[in-house]
Amino acid sequence: MGLKFSKDHEWINVEGDAATVGISDYAQKQLGDVVFVELPEVDHEVAAGDELAVVESVKAASEVYAPVSGVVTAVNDALESAPETVNASATGDGWFVKMTVSDASELDALMDEAAYKEYCEGL
Amino acid sequence: MADTLKQTALHDLHVDLGAKMVPFAGYSMPVQYPMGVLKEHLHTRDAAGLFDVGHMGQVFIMADDGTFETAAKALEALVPASISDLEPGQQRYTQFTNDEGGILDDLMVSRINMPGHEHVLYLVVNAGCKDADYAHLEANMPHGVNVAVKDDTLSLVALQGPKAVEIISALNGDIAKLVFMTHGEFELQLEDGPLYAHISRSGYTGEDGVEISAKHEDMKRLVGHLLTHPDVEPIGLGARDSLRLEAGLCLYGNDIDTTTSPIEASLIWSVQKHRRTGEGYKGAARVAADIKTKTRRLVGLKPEGRAPARAHTEIQDMDGNTIGEVTSGGFGPSVGGPIAMGYVDVPNNKSGTSVQLIIRGKANPATVVKLPFVPNRYYRGES
Repeated sequence: MGLKFSKDHEWINVEGDAATVGISDYAQKQLGDVVFVELPEVDHEVAAGDELAVVESVKAASEVYAPVSGVVTAVNDALESAPETVNASATGDGWFVKMTVSDASELDALMDEAAYKEYCEGL
Repeated sequence: MADTLKQTALHDLHVDLGAKMVPFAGYSMPVQYPMGVLKEHLHTRDAAGLFDVGHMGQVFIMADDGTFETAAKALEALVPASISDLEPGQQRYTQFTNDEGGILDDLMVSRINMPGHEHVLYLVVNAGCKDADYAHLEANMPHGVNVAVKDDTLSLVALQGPKAVEIISALNGDIAKLVFMTHGEFELQLEDGPLYAHISRSGYTGEDGVEISAKHEDMKRLVGHLLTHPDVEPIGLGARDSLRLEAGLCLYGNDIDTTTSPIEASLIWSVQKHRRTGEGYKGAARVAADIKTKTRRLVGLKPEGRAPARAHTEIQDMDGNTIGEVTSGGFGPSVGGPIAMGYVDVPNNKSGTSVQLIIRGKANPATVVKLPFVPNRYYRGES
């Protein structure tokens, strides 16, 4: 189904009832050099809009929110030693967490790639 | 809001260079260029970075009687540093203190080194404080001592880094003879004609380098010339902040303010011995008292993990008692990890003390360390 995006600049890639979540390329560009990512614990349960992670650039700390409700099943430990991966590959190796999707209807509130691109151009 | 921001003489150049402009102290200033904060920081430590600091205030003080002593005595009533013993060409760091010994601003004071002008004091003050500083000076200079604000005519840039002096000296070889915290007036030879500049060997990065004051139109020419040099990159406020933090230098409004005394801020080195007696300037009693009654001190903090501890992060001892607060903190690109400065209650200020930084509710171990985080590379003359 391709990537879906939130207004807070998270992306989510759903495959079956599992999903991968990260921040968009637009977000990493706005943040600048990422120097630290604080990830949740596995099994952490979140509702859509809850704080999921914190990403710190040279300048400031920013919250990353859960685009949908679910339970964290894995986190990208590689970001601990190489947070710059978020800049290099925001929608690839720079993913933040894998999680379950407890309510697939929440995905309908998210934007597809074309709509998100338009949204960013308006910012 | 944006259209009410003031601009430096170099504003259009920043925009042309692709800078991200942000409001800072009432000015529209470049926070970073396309290179990005991290690379700008490292470039300054490796080669030379050019900073527009034209938002800062430049002021001259001189006495009607034409003597240096009268002007120096007048300023000495407002700052803890000794001014009367400045030689022509010498520069000193100090602070404006209030009646309670808190810090109104920190500043650089120089005695001009030019025949016929050696009685003149030249001050550089922070952009965010300058209007209040000018009012403070106007209100406190005695009759016969004059304050001349030059923001409308003079620009200020800093060229910092190991290659900075070599680059600027190509325009006048005598600049290389300056040592740290001295200055002079120089004619710079550019292809399109000479210009005159006041140049001091000082800065805010911990690196060797210079700060250059010149008239607005001359500065545009000079900056245009300097940016053609392959080792010079324009550097924004973002890297300026990480560079000064690694160098252990205070930022007014973060690390020092009207509640902190120069002694608490670990700036006792800037208060000459004969000015620690408790009198002679505003707040002198607090300065003397803080030396004796050890309350709190500004220290360096090295977090053990990778999580940056930002300003206002709570500092606890290992038993969980609050002992202070971070005042500046972030990621040090040259250190390759998080660094911070903050106030801790004495005796927790001793280097090597283990503390905890409370970041988003979690205790992160850290150690009190000596400043700076990166060794200073000031040029103090041939040894």
